[in-house]
Amino acid sequence: MNRRLRGLLHKEFLQVLRDPSSIAIAFLMPAFLLLLFGYGVSMDASNVPLGLVVEQPSAEAESFVGVFQQSRYFAPRRFPDRASAQQALGAGQVDGVVVLSGDFAARLQGAGGAPIQLIVNGVNANSARLLQGYVEGAWRNWLERELDARARPLGQPVMLQSRIWYNPGLRSRNYLVPGLVAINMTLVGALLTALVMAREWERGTLEAMLVTPVSMREVLIGKVLPYFVLGMGGMALSVAMALWLFEVPLRGSFWVLTACSALFLLVALGMGLLISVTARNQFVAGMVAIIATFLPAFLLSGMLFDINSMPTVVQWVTHLVAARYFVAILQTLFLAGDVWGVILPNALALLLMALLFLGLARRRMHKRLE
Amino acid sequence: MSAPVLETTALSKSFRLPGRLAPALREVSLRVPAGVVTGLIGPDGAGKTTLMRLAAGLLLPDSGAIRVLGYDASRESMAVQSRIGYMPQRFGLYDDLTVQENLDLYADLQNVPPASRPTRYDELLNMTGLGRFTRRLAGQLSGGMKQKLGLACTLVRSPRLLLLDEPTVGVDPVSRRELWHIVYRLVEQEGVSVLLSTAYLDEAERCAEVILLHQGRVVGHDRPAAFSEPLRGRSFSVHQPGVLPRRLQTRLARLPGVLDATVQGEAVRLVMRQPAAPLLEESDLATARCEAVPPRFEDGFIDLLRGDTEMQPGLQPAPHNITSSQAIRVTGLTRRFGDFVAVREVSFQVSAGEVFGLLGANGAGKTTTFRMLCGLLPISGGELSVAGVDLRQAPAKARARIGYMSQKFSLYGNLTVRQNLEFFGQAYGLRGARRRTRLQWALGELDLAAFAGAPSGDLPLGYKQRLALACALMHEPDILFLDEPTSGVDPLARREFWSHINALADAGVAVLVTTHFMEEAEYCDRLAIMAAGEILALGTPAEVKARALGPQARSATMEAAFIALIESREAA
Amino acid sequence: MWQRIRALVVKEFLSLFKDKKSRFVTIVPPLIQLLVFGYAASFDLNQVPYAIYDRDQGQAGRALAAAFSGSPNFDLRHIVQHQDEIAPLVDNGEVLLVLQLEPRFSEKLAAGQPAEVQVLVDGRNSNTAQIAVNYAATVIREFNERWIAEHGLAPPPAHLVSRAWFNPNLESRWFFIPGLVGLLTLVVTMVVTSLSVAREREQGTFDQLLVTPLRPFEILIGKATPGFVVGMIEGSVVILLAQYWFGVPLVGGLGVLYLGLVLFLLAAIGIGLAISSLAVTLQQALLGGFLFMVPAVILSGFATPIANMPRAVQLLTLVDPLRYFLVVVRGVFLEGAPLSILVHELWPLALIAGFTLSAAAWLFRHRMY
Repeated sequence: MNRRLRGLLHKEFLQVLRDPSSIAIAFLMPAFLLLLFGYGVSMDASNVPLGLVVEQPSAEAESFVGVFQQSRYFAPRRFPDRASAQQALGAGQVDGVVVLSGDFAARLQGAGGAPIQLIVNGVNANSARLLQGYVEGAWRNWLERELDARARPLGQPVMLQSRIWYNPGLRSRNYLVPGLVAINMTLVGALLTALVMAREWERGTLEAMLVTPVSMREVLIGKVLPYFVLGMGGMALSVAMALWLFEVPLRGSFWVLTACSALFLLVALGMGLLISVTARNQFVAGMVAIIATFLPAFLLSGMLFDINSMPTVVQWVTHLVAARYFVAILQTLFLAGDVWGVILPNALALLLMALLFLGLARRRMHKRLE
Repeated sequence: MSAPVLETTALSKSFRLPGRLAPALREVSLRVPAGVVTGLIGPDGAGKTTLMRLAAGLLLPDSGAIRVLGYDASRESMAVQSRIGYMPQRFGLYDDLTVQENLDLYADLQNVPPASRPTRYDELLNMTGLGRFTRRLAGQLSGGMKQKLGLACTLVRSPRLLLLDEPTVGVDPVSRRELWHIVYRLVEQEGVSVLLSTAYLDEAERCAEVILLHQGRVVGHDRPAAFSEPLRGRSFSVHQPGVLPRRLQTRLARLPGVLDATVQGEAVRLVMRQPAAPLLEESDLATARCEAVPPRFEDGFIDLLRGDTEMQPGLQPAPHNITSSQAIRVTGLTRRFGDFVAVREVSFQVSAGEVFGLLGANGAGKTTTFRMLCGLLPISGGELSVAGVDLRQAPAKARARIGYMSQKFSLYGNLTVRQNLEFFGQAYGLRGARRRTRLQWALGELDLAAFAGAPSGDLPLGYKQRLALACALMHEPDILFLDEPTSGVDPLARREFWSHINALADAGVAVLVTTHFMEEAEYCDRLAIMAAGEILALGTPAEVKARALGPQARSATMEAAFIALIESREAA
Repeated sequence: MWQRIRALVVKEFLSLFKDKKSRFVTIVPPLIQLLVFGYAASFDLNQVPYAIYDRDQGQAGRALAAAFSGSPNFDLRHIVQHQDEIAPLVDNGEVLLVLQLEPRFSEKLAAGQPAEVQVLVDGRNSNTAQIAVNYAATVIREFNERWIAEHGLAPPPAHLVSRAWFNPNLESRWFFIPGLVGLLTLVVTMVVTSLSVAREREQGTFDQLLVTPLRPFEILIGKATPGFVVGMIEGSVVILLAQYWFGVPLVGGLGVLYLGLVLFLLAAIGIGLAISSLAVTLQQALLGGFLFMVPAVILSGFATPIANMPRAVQLLTLVDPLRYFLVVVRGVFLEGAPLSILVHELWPLALIAGFTLSAAAWLFRHRMY
């Protein structure tokens, strides 16, 4: 390593040690965001308040209602009549209402069968749909048990049996947390370099440095390397939190994870460098870094919303979001294992993006002030 | 004569601003000789920094050529950069690295072999007097020490040409003198050629050659003495016993044939358009005595720039009636920030119709005192009253009696001139006809009408400063606070500004002004010199000089008095 | 006094919209968010990619396969011939779901025995997986009903009749877009107010303002007004777009909605001004705003229900003004909730607004220098 580069690296290292802001960005920010999102964003409903109305008590009705009382999904509440239950639904006290009408027991024996009425509050469509699914599951369980006991045909010609791979417990954290790691590191990586380069512009330190025999390649490496090390530290912290705090299993190999993380960090750092080389002002650089990385990564990476279901134009846009590739890699590595069919194409995309961003940053860094 | 170290031919450079092209250098052709200090002199915006950056290969010229040490600075910039030293205006010291670490970094960047470092470091640290501070963080150095460290970093590898861009800006007179000593030593002992830019005209006389830049053009290039030579026989000093020099200046400026009139000590210095003494015939000038004095560089500068234009008359404000004769009274004023005492036991008074100056280097406590007076900062001890009240406790309407103009341009840059004036007029409660009259007054008297619809952030510096004064004067305040109002403004605009201040003081306004231009101290009726939060001397300019220097004070400059005061304080 | 305040308000608007940066942050991010949330943020799946492994090859099996390929929610990508093909398909994410029909499927059906169809789902995203299973269950239920009717079999003794109030087709968009009224007004109002004092401090104009006869609370009113006006406009624009562009029904009364909006804006302005009073530079103000907004949005129930959060985190959401306003805005839009119900959300909102505004005033007076 030549003397100039060593000098630059030494300088950057001392600055990182003395200025706590970059350490805060690398370690505190991902920890804070991961805690916030890890605990704040959850798709797992449990103890859903559900209103139960039994208009005419009977043994059959009670056996049906009993299913809900045993399930961990529901926090059932009895209402004397339909009107009061519906009022509670309107006031948001319960998320759904199950009504067994007065002739439930009688119609159970009849030819047409007895209707079980379910009304859900559809405002949050996703929660409502999950609730419908839970109630349907409860109803099917009850039906099987009931008919088994009476040795009657099920009246269900085709039975659905579902098996969920990789995440049989359907813990939403298992997929949200790896996704969050990717999103946080996009923001952290970009912010780290976005601010440091703009800071040199703002404090006028770059002008004096440019008039030395230092080359722009050396300046670039001098910036990327220290923050790469710092970023990998932040990544290690995030992964550790995912494994031990949020108890997400890691089924892939650690080395593939490290290699992909390194690749992704280069993309994020390159993006930050490009922003700061262009903006030359910490305020603008910081803002652009937040707007250009955080929101797209959150919404368009497929971490929360399914990319396949977006309009075609939006799907095209998602290809420009680096986090998209990393989210796919991380969710697979954590939950499925080393699936090369997923890892290789996504890693290749990351490699191309890293080359693109670092190359553009290098091209836009001149030894000139214009 | 040996080959020039820097040579430009028809060099032009413009910058693209939103909506227009701003030319910075127009067809500049010049040669900088080897082995001497060449001064690049000119007001802000003259193109000094652009020329420096072109020479360092940081900018590309639009047309023309620039050769440095025989290399084309735009095409062979690497070759140039490994042979020159360049110190930009805001030198890029890393505040969170120590003095030693900054030096090491630049030694690494400049490929200085480790073996030769210790001797070079010793030389540099000796020269700059930073030897004791090698372990201190650069961010904790004073302004002067930072400049010296910047210079040391540029010199870790002995350059053949040294480019210094305004190295003495914002530096106190003592450090300024030390910096010049270092530059002279480099030229004499190491044979370095130096190109140094500055806005201080008195520094021009310290250079072997001077290049005068104005609005992107070379207006003159010669030995400093050659600039003042044509003015021989046109410079005079006029003294009238018993008359305030400031008043005398106003009268003399109105005489026919006067090119320039400035207060200097107890006399007024005149520059005439023709080599003839002024006609002191008017009755109120009867007792004035006039003597011829040798011309100085500044006279030549004014002569070149002002040409045929007339001196602007000052404002003609309506008389003010201040009830209490002491508009500002400060007793034992103290301000602490934690353990640090920024202002210690400061006492002074300012009367109606008086111009009072607060002088000192950066960090002397001027601005802290100033902010306490304006009610922007609570006091830790002592008493103060402005127009009879403490502005921090006073009802809002007491603030309507003061006008305030802050250090840097602090108006709404994206509002137009008219919108700024409207806003401050309304904020001070002016309504209806009075607001309209004052607005017309500001646009007319301060010559802002042509820019009324322009965003104030785009104005030239001199106009910005006029607008700031206009905003502070919209409501005709009795007391005016001016914090470094003329920093960065060219000498012509500075003269005009002071003529406005004089006119306001004559109308009875009490003016408190802070400045680090020592020659401006001469324009004040009374002044206080501050250092490390204390007042070192207080009185009229003549009294202060006498206190600092003793009997030989009459012909001395305020800068010499300032240095003497600081040195005697440090010795004590 | 009113003249001075008016002058200040006029000045605030002028500098807000003449400054490129400010104009940018008030216009561009909300626009992007509106587009992205309007079109990209949806938990609904369409065209679930699936594969089928029909080990039966009988008549009934083909009928079931046709039921899936005819559904608009499913998109057939592969016909699996061998067990070993399944794992790579799912692993590589080519299909989300694999249907597997048992070998004697048609035979069992014809015999009146229950025939099994196995649904294998990629559970990496558990929410998507659950929704896909629900979709499959719906297709199978409809198939069963048809089969029973065609073959004259006995229906199950009880069947589920499901109905969704307020959002009969359970569209995610109806949930997210009214939420945007809260989210976007929060972002814009916070940005406008949190940058307002900090901008003056950074440009050095704050001192100039303080030495004028303007009183601190006059300055505060002057600083709060643009945020309020911009927030009201932004909110109204989103309400109009939600109704007429995205077609979300607005069932309830505008009076309650705007009452909520006013209280919510006051709370947001208080927080913005408090941040602005504390910040010395624009950067600090922006960072402060970001540090408040991210948790405020996450903990508001904007994307995922508060009820799913751990108990301690749920307590934290009680101080989040967005939490209450989201209930109001969704209540008015979809449920047509009256004042009598929403008053339970409005009083905490008023309380928070009162607190943040007083805090801002206090901080402002104590941080003037």
